[in-house]
Amino acid sequence: MRHSARIAVGPVQFRIGSDWAGPVAALERLYAAYPQDDMRPADATVRLFAARPWRRWLRPSVHIGGDFIVPGALPLPLSMGLLAAEMGMNLQVALGWRRHLLLHASAVARDGRALIMSGESGSGKSTLAALLGEDDWRLMGDEFTLIDPAGGDAFAFPRAVSLKNEAIAEVAARVDPARLGPLLAGTPKGDIRHLIPRADAVAAMHAPARPALLLFPRFGGAAGIEPMGEGEAFVRLTEASTNYVALGEAGFAALTRMVRETPAFGITYPDSAAGIALVEELWAEAAR
Amino acid sequence: MADRAYRAAPADTLRIEPLGELTAIFDRRSMQTHLVVSPVPEILDAMGADACTPAHVAERLAALFDMESAEEAQPILAERLSELAAMGLVERA
Repeated sequence: MRHSARIAVGPVQFRIGSDWAGPVAALERLYAAYPQDDMRPADATVRLFAARPWRRWLRPSVHIGGDFIVPGALPLPLSMGLLAAEMGMNLQVALGWRRHLLLHASAVARDGRALIMSGESGSGKSTLAALLGEDDWRLMGDEFTLIDPAGGDAFAFPRAVSLKNEAIAEVAARVDPARLGPLLAGTPKGDIRHLIPRADAVAAMHAPARPALLLFPRFGGAAGIEPMGEGEAFVRLTEASTNYVALGEAGFAALTRMVRETPAFGITYPDSAAGIALVEELWAEAAR
Repeated sequence: MADRAYRAAPADTLRIEPLGELTAIFDRRSMQTHLVVSPVPEILDAMGADACTPAHVAERLAALFDMESAEEAQPILAERLSELAAMGLVERA
């Protein structure tokens, strides 16, 4: 392809090829401070390509390809090329990764122990992780958390945080503007702006953390904490995993161990400050 | 139906992990995860490696648990066994 980049996020080495310079340049800016190892073979390939050659110029639209494709996915306009690249990277990891149990969950760490937050889109798991990552937590990832099936440790996947809608202003008010990507307005997921994780989070991205607390946040409603049994946490995490079935018994063993060893709670919260207060309260008990 | 005999899946094909009120069962043959509640784990345990009719299972459960009437339990057990057969956790003997 005409334009390409290599990006390492946690254990995953991406090769990204694009028919256009724009998305690759945007990615290179977001991931400029990430460690580079171009000699490492790529684990996942993402291709952003024009439907037909002339479409590169005339009303250009971006198709997402790679080792895995989703048939029937709509192409995005070129102005959303960065979003297409991000979606492509997520897709390749979600469908192709086998070395870890992959949880659709955000995670932050403190003192070598991980807080893992799993929830639907809109639950606020990404915003909470981003905000905690600006405090004295290490951001491990806003979208995916990797669990080592053999040892049970959590590994980071600290891609650029995908801030959405209200979370953009909330986080932008607290960080150096140089750490924010361009505003992608009116995407199918609403407004999106990427946040480059702090340098210490990127530097520590290979350091494992022991799961110490599992939270299932839900944004909206009065602040509340609901203890969750092992069985329910197991069911929810199998649903939150993109490769549980593919991992077979190794995934089963990893999840049963995790829900047994890690206290789990559902939390509801009306705003980020209340959510963070609940997290700190539960962490103080779990990390004891 | 009521006196149909079943045999539980061989013990080494199932990985059974109690998780609080639920029990997760991984079937190594189908690679499927089953989530069950009591009395399913107890039924599988009581069957052991033997071919069992609902009456046999009722008898064995009655010896382990405080059951009011093993006879009344039989139609319920027949139903559970046929469900377990559909899940592949027991098969007709």
